Amino acid sequence: MQFSEAWLRTLVNPPLDTAALAHTLTMAGLEVEALEPAAPAFSHVVVAEILSVEKHPDADRLRVCQVDVGESSPITIVCGAPNAAAGLKVPCARPGAKLPGIEIKIAKVRGIESFGMLCSSRELGLPGDAAGLMVLSDDAPVGEDFRAWLNLDDTLVTLKLTPNRADCLSIAGLAREVGAVTATEVRLPQIEAVTPTIQDAVSVRLEAADACPRYLARIVRGIDAQAVTPRWMAERLERSGIRPLLAPVDITNYVLLELGQPMHAFALSRVQGDIRIRMARAGEKLELLNGQTVELAPDMLVIADVNGPLALAGIMGGQSSSVEKFTVDVLLEAAFFAPSAIAGRARRLGLSTDSSHRFERGVDFAAVRRAMERATRLLIDICGGQPGPIVEAVADLPRRDPIVLRLPRLARVAGVVLDAEAVANGLRALGAAVERRDDSLVVTPPSFRFDLAIEEDLIEEAVRLHGYDAIPAQPPAAPSRMLPQDETRVHDDALRASMVGLDYQEVITYSFIDPAWETALDPAASPLPLANPLASQLSAMRTTLWGGLLDTLRHNLNRQQDRVRLFELGRTYASLEVQPMKLAGVAYGSVLPEQWGATARRVDFYDLKGDMERLFGQALVVRAAAHPALHPGQCAEILIDDRVLGRLGALHPRLVQSFDLPAAPMLFELDAEALQWRRLPRHAGQSRFPQVRRDLAFVLDARRPAGDLLAALRGAAVPAIREISVFDEYRGKGVAENQKSLAIRVVMQDTQRTLTDQEVEDAVHKLVEAAKRHCQASLRV
Amino acid sequence: MRTPNDIVADALAAIHAASDLPALEQVKAGYLGKSGQLTELLKSLGSMPAEDRKTAGARINEAKQAVEAALKDRREALQQAELDRQLAAETLDVTLPGRGLSRGGLHPVSKTLSRIQALFHSIGFEVATGPEIETDFYNFTALNIPEDHPARAMHDTFYLQTGELLRTHTSPVQVRYMQKHRPPLRIIAPGRVYRCDSDVTHTPMFHQVEGLWVDESVSFADLKGVLADFMRNFFERDDLPVRFRPSFFPFTEPSAEMDIGCVMCGGAGCRVCSHTGWLEVLGCGMVHPNVFSHVNIDTERYIGFAFGLGVERLAMLRYGVDDLRLFFENDLRFLKQFN
Repeated sequence: MQFSEAWLRTLVNPPLDTAALAHTLTMAGLEVEALEPAAPAFSHVVVAEILSVEKHPDADRLRVCQVDVGESSPITIVCGAPNAAAGLKVPCARPGAKLPGIEIKIAKVRGIESFGMLCSSRELGLPGDAAGLMVLSDDAPVGEDFRAWLNLDDTLVTLKLTPNRADCLSIAGLAREVGAVTATEVRLPQIEAVTPTIQDAVSVRLEAADACPRYLARIVRGIDAQAVTPRWMAERLERSGIRPLLAPVDITNYVLLELGQPMHAFALSRVQGDIRIRMARAGEKLELLNGQTVELAPDMLVIADVNGPLALAGIMGGQSSSVEKFTVDVLLEAAFFAPSAIAGRARRLGLSTDSSHRFERGVDFAAVRRAMERATRLLIDICGGQPGPIVEAVADLPRRDPIVLRLPRLARVAGVVLDAEAVANGLRALGAAVERRDDSLVVTPPSFRFDLAIEEDLIEEAVRLHGYDAIPAQPPAAPSRMLPQDETRVHDDALRASMVGLDYQEVITYSFIDPAWETALDPAASPLPLANPLASQLSAMRTTLWGGLLDTLRHNLNRQQDRVRLFELGRTYASLEVQPMKLAGVAYGSVLPEQWGATARRVDFYDLKGDMERLFGQALVVRAAAHPALHPGQCAEILIDDRVLGRLGALHPRLVQSFDLPAAPMLFELDAEALQWRRLPRHAGQSRFPQVRRDLAFVLDARRPAGDLLAALRGAAVPAIREISVFDEYRGKGVAENQKSLAIRVVMQDTQRTLTDQEVEDAVHKLVEAAKRHCQASLRV
Repeated sequence: MRTPNDIVADALAAIHAASDLPALEQVKAGYLGKSGQLTELLKSLGSMPAEDRKTAGARINEAKQAVEAALKDRREALQQAELDRQLAAETLDVTLPGRGLSRGGLHPVSKTLSRIQALFHSIGFEVATGPEIETDFYNFTALNIPEDHPARAMHDTFYLQTGELLRTHTSPVQVRYMQKHRPPLRIIAPGRVYRCDSDVTHTPMFHQVEGLWVDESVSFADLKGVLADFMRNFFERDDLPVRFRPSFFPFTEPSAEMDIGCVMCGGAGCRVCSHTGWLEVLGCGMVHPNVFSHVNIDTERYIGFAFGLGVERLAMLRYGVDDLRLFFENDLRFLKQFN
């Protein structure tokens, strides 16, 4: 909400300068978002009248004007403006004037001395036309200081009001609030009833009394809608961000700004029969003032006549019954619409109006008549016309029940004891009726406060009036109890640290992604679509982190990075119930950063698998698997306890091409939850006896996975075996085609004694047998 | 026959002349070996008259010891020289870069989250989490934001076509946690949140940390104490000015916005603080009784406070990042500056 400081100060004028007033408002919960001068600084500018205009003898485009600046004799000013003409009233900068960017001096212009400058709006830093002089109204007083005449020494204040403070959505409401927080006297506008001069009236029927329990209507006949809106009113409207349009409309807008009561004026000739305030019927349509035709829903309240809806109650009037230039008779409306009957409807229709904004939050149901009288008075004073009597229909208005504020409770919540008398007086200044009863205050909130219904609401007001800054900040006292530390749990931070140690950079990518990416990575994926996405590339919830990682990879490759290793720890989204946390990564480019003494080599599947083993801290059980995003021959699943925890592999060549990547990145994705648990270590003792190592080279079918051979050897149940692992793979000379040689290291050790040569030989024999039986592998000789 | 003295003189000359260990061993053999000159001399003692034997033997032994001592010194000198040569040959250019993997790094938002968690953990806050796809109930209704409440307009909510929504704040975790745990409670809930808004100062996804403390004697003064303590420790500035202003959140009452003195300009006024000297950093307040009733916590017995802070905002202020959008572009040239 934007308002004029000068206007506010006509109602309440605390001894604070602009900055201090703004600070006071902010600290009272009415946050000042911006302060802006009504006009830029300038001086020595007066209202002037051009008496005569003659062509400059030595310049085609310049004119020599005789100008009345309110002194005994006119002054000469050379002027280049095309619209300079005798009789015009314009701003005139006198010598010594400082305008934005220039200083005015007496100067010779092509030989003729000029005693100032006639100004355009732009030259004064005001909005408007730069092409010609700023033309002032005929009643502008010649010789008067231009700033003073236009009241330009004012500040536009923009408030960021919270939705609970509807009572501050008017100058009068703000004045009341400022009065309460600064203990300053408030002078609200005096409003007297207007005596009807005609008896014309409409009937009003409240057909939805819950939604509209109070409706006032008044006919005013014979107005001049084209009357000029007075300058003071236009100025206040403009400084509140409302453009003056037509006097009757300006008047209703003015009352809205002044008192906070939204009003409407109908063209009476377009209203037929009784005014009915009712819910819309399914299928009804209404063309609104802004030209938009809306389909009405049964939960929308309308003002209707016999022919149907005239206005969307509390939101916007209809086009057909709107007041126009030639409207002579009007029907003024002032009503109380229940917040629940208005809330959300405007938003649903894509509208937000000054009226709906206020009704949604709550308008003072006890001040409707005041607003009607105020608007009538202004209308008659400005546009003339004959007022009829006010017709009022009333049903059950909101209640304001007394609320008990327990002072000990207040002290407990605030953490400090507040003075009861000060609290009571503060609440009274806000318009509440307050009564002391033992340890409590019994508070009846005013009609304009919709946010005061329970004890906490009053606690907030009491603390607010006391000042949040006046409450001490104290370190809380709590029992010193240690937090549990589960040693088997690996925290996210530790996982991230592991990835950092493995030379991966963490990224955070959006949870929503282009669904085309998702289906490219997995045609079977059905990512949850957003109903209201910002853009198509952010329109579905990811089912894998790979999309975001590949996008980030590409972003960086396009920025001259050639070795990119990224990881992300984040959720994927399947449903409300299933949003698993994943750890995923991508590795691209050379395995090591470019360096001396090491041969450059692209990162491959085994590098990635090694990273995974270091991450898990153990050798992993993996098996070949298939995933549509991965190379069919370079894709594996990781298993722990027969559960698949994730997969890794090279991006499928088809996708490498369609994502426009120069080479295939390696990818992995794991269930982060599986990584978050580890065994509590338990010492199993160590053997004091020597260990024996035997290296065995087996020749077997080249297609048979090493894992099969290892499983066969480990399954042979040979005692005293400590370790069986692969330390070399060889194909080529000396090994038949379609065969490979795997070098296996076997380590044996007994916990009770030294193994004999015979025992070792027996063990090797059993292993060789097992390899032969299960894998058709033979010892290489 | 040559005298032992002559032999020693020769031997010392030969030892001195030996330029490496094998040559030295040869010299040794020539004098002390099986048929070395001194050995031969010793053998000749047998043929000497008995009365000469003792003195002659003593002289030969002295000669032998002199040669052995000389051999030892020379051997050590040669070994030292050999070692020096080897060490010289093995000397590296230590200024060449080290080899192997480099080191990755954490995202600045991650770093900030860890920091926030560590600070709150140090006074007993535990971490709680909740889903990001949420229901209307947890995101709004249970937080005292009924349908059509104007506060809903302040949350530009993303909806799924299935009717659920993306949580607009981390506050639903409060409700979920209180459904499962009884007071006293002290938790923080970090995580991603979503608003349907994208411009220079908004990204459609960002991070919040929600905090909640419920106990029998928790007050607004405690709330101020904890949050002021947090901000001063987060920015490592004991003199950081803080202030609390009344505000409105449907799920807290009294509600407050917390401002800190601008850490960019020290309060003098700059672009970052819109020349106010203050930065709005979090919203907070005392838990609204309607929230407690949704989770059946006795509002007469228990009081609580809650707060929600924007992680990106704190990261920007802490690390001097001037554009929010950089966090989600994930440009390595940006990210590596935080490693």
